[in-house]
Amino acid sequence: MAVYIKGIGNISPQHTFDNDSFLDDFIEYEEKFLLATEPNYKDFLPAKSRRRMSKIVKMGVTAALHSLKDAGIETPDAIITGTGLGCLKDTEKFMTAIINDKEKFLTPISFIQSTHNTVGGTIAIMLKCYGYNFTYVHRGFSFESALMDGFMMTNENESGNYLIGGVDEMTENFYKTRRLLGRFKDEEVKNTELNSYKIPGNIPGEGASFFVLSNDKTTGKTYGSLDAMTTFYRPKDNTAVEKEITAFLERNNLTLEDIDCVVLGNSGDKENDEVFLHLQEHYFQKQIQTYFKHLCGEYYTASGFGFWQAVKIASTQRVPDSIRLNEIDRPIKKVLMYNHYNKVNHSLILVSHVGV
Amino acid sequence: MSNNQQKIVITGIGTFSSIGKNVEETLKNLIAGNAGIGKMEHLDSVYKDEIPVAEIKMTNEELRAVCGHSEAHTLTRAALIGLIGAKEALEDSGIDLDDGLRTGFVSSNSVGGMDQTEMVYLNYFKENPDVTFLDSNDCGAGTEKIADCLGIKDYVTTISTACSSAANAIMLGARLIRNGVLDRVLVGGADCLTKFTLNGFNTLMILDREPCRPMDDTRKGLNLGEGAGYLVIESENAASGKHIYCELTGYCNTNDAFHQTASSPEGDGAYNAMKNALAMSGLKPAQIDYINVHGTGTANNDLSEGRAITRLFEGNIPRLSSTKSYTGHTLAAAGGLEAVFSVLAIQENVIFPNLRFKNRISELTIEPVTQLVEEAGINHVLSNSFGFGGNNSTVIFSKVN
Repeated sequence: MAVYIKGIGNISPQHTFDNDSFLDDFIEYEEKFLLATEPNYKDFLPAKSRRRMSKIVKMGVTAALHSLKDAGIETPDAIITGTGLGCLKDTEKFMTAIINDKEKFLTPISFIQSTHNTVGGTIAIMLKCYGYNFTYVHRGFSFESALMDGFMMTNENESGNYLIGGVDEMTENFYKTRRLLGRFKDEEVKNTELNSYKIPGNIPGEGASFFVLSNDKTTGKTYGSLDAMTTFYRPKDNTAVEKEITAFLERNNLTLEDIDCVVLGNSGDKENDEVFLHLQEHYFQKQIQTYFKHLCGEYYTASGFGFWQAVKIASTQRVPDSIRLNEIDRPIKKVLMYNHYNKVNHSLILVSHVGV
Repeated sequence: MSNNQQKIVITGIGTFSSIGKNVEETLKNLIAGNAGIGKMEHLDSVYKDEIPVAEIKMTNEELRAVCGHSEAHTLTRAALIGLIGAKEALEDSGIDLDDGLRTGFVSSNSVGGMDQTEMVYLNYFKENPDVTFLDSNDCGAGTEKIADCLGIKDYVTTISTACSSAANAIMLGARLIRNGVLDRVLVGGADCLTKFTLNGFNTLMILDREPCRPMDDTRKGLNLGEGAGYLVIESENAASGKHIYCELTGYCNTNDAFHQTASSPEGDGAYNAMKNALAMSGLKPAQIDYINVHGTGTANNDLSEGRAITRLFEGNIPRLSSTKSYTGHTLAAAGGLEAVFSVLAIQENVIFPNLRFKNRISELTIEPVTQLVEEAGINHVLSNSFGFGGNNSTVIFSKVN
């Protein structure tokens, strides 16, 4: 059974909230980390609840509501969220208060809001949505697990609209602490120079990417079809990754020739990107190659942004210059996204253009 | 294409909690009525003498010694507890990970490696901090450590929907099999006590200062616990020729869509979860022989769950008990531990009592089982797990003839 993408809501460091445009402009940053360009939340969230919400909740709920509106759906049949770190800001707040005040004088607000399924729960309460509600919290598989769940759900049921998405927020303290692991660039770098590899590390970022999936092709708009997806864990080298991609295509009765465009997860860290560079050079030689982490930064659910890019390319059959990695041009029907987080969590997602 | 009819069977179980380091010890304590709730010894909280917990009476170093894995020194407490429970389930199932079948690991937890982070967080802002556990705070970190120690790599993910997490891990595992993604899955959850959760629940004023009294009129809240509960679930084909404990016949997750931390007064989410899980299993309410209730001991949960049960089962209320009266509330591990207890109820044909029950909840007409029931005639067990965010889950296990 085919799975269609019926609605989109994407909040990122770029102007991605308007679904009628596709990277018509490009925001250049020279920062240690990229923060989301937030929409006017007043259009989506009542003032009273807005004040209580942390940034991740505001971004996640708004992107979700935007995608539902785009799809013309009031209440979805399932709400499936992926988040690598959950409500980071509130977690930091409650934890710091415990440490500083020696477990005294605490209030429950930031604890309640710190729960990992706060975004999914809040959407359910706002929409009075009594259906299935899951939250995945597995590093670079968080968004993929949510997408896979929605994909399975569409296969399991005769009809239905399933809201799926990924969201993560960046905080100053997260940057300060995690940079000790050496994964982040230690100084400000232009995001346009992500692939220059002048200094090690990635540029971290944040964002919320939500989608409505359904097997109904005819009602409302259809951005494209989600044909297949898979995740794989800790492949041992580039050859193993190539094998995974070839096997994935074979399982779906495709050859590499059938893929017109690829969306790759180059992060700006040379060691991390080695497999992407290898595939660009030796594997995806005939495909239009694009990348996306100079737009959104690296974070656990950045693949949500990558999926958005794949869907937009499939839908518009157009590749903006700001995301190109090579000069190849060919008509676009099938788009393959390949991403990995820290060489551990790898994913392949196949999206196709759907004609009217 | 999914095959919703494919049978899902349980071939392995593992537990680790305040009432036992393995299934054998746990079963002994469940039958003897020995609770694991008492004074806090290992969690270093200012509430040490005030708030009882269901703690595993081992230090992290002792847990690492039990694990015996070369990577054990990099595991936080929840991951250590999880590894011990998960390993028992995997070994119990007798799975050979190299036989060509696809094996996944779906685990749940609520606060990842918070137990370490809350101890050393401020050091990260000082000169040359120890970063051993810096990358262990998120929920997925522990899952990957456990998967790596056990050698599972075909599919790995983590679920966190608060206190219903592990029930949802079971459900996802079954769906991954039915959708042809995997042949068998190690499912369940693990959590450890942290100051973060202790203080969180304390600010919500739902921690009993005495051992908790689930389903009792005088209940004053829950006791937090720590532990792990895991099961190996397989497609009937993959499990061919193996010892099968029972079958997973029904499951459902719904949302209460009422309040971030409270259940709706009539327990609508709970009612729908139970009703839909029953529909999937093809069972009539009267066929359920035992309900392992969520039964946390909070005023709100027990009343709301009790009302939902009363409404769904009308005149035929099954025998029920809250085993949180033994283990405390182990949060994201609870659904896993209680699933194992449900499997044991079928296997041993018993019902474990609801400890410390004295007074029926004034608004309800139902009462839990207070003494061990042997030769209980158990064919079908329903287990409830409800959580923050209005998350309600029910799983149903059935005896295989």
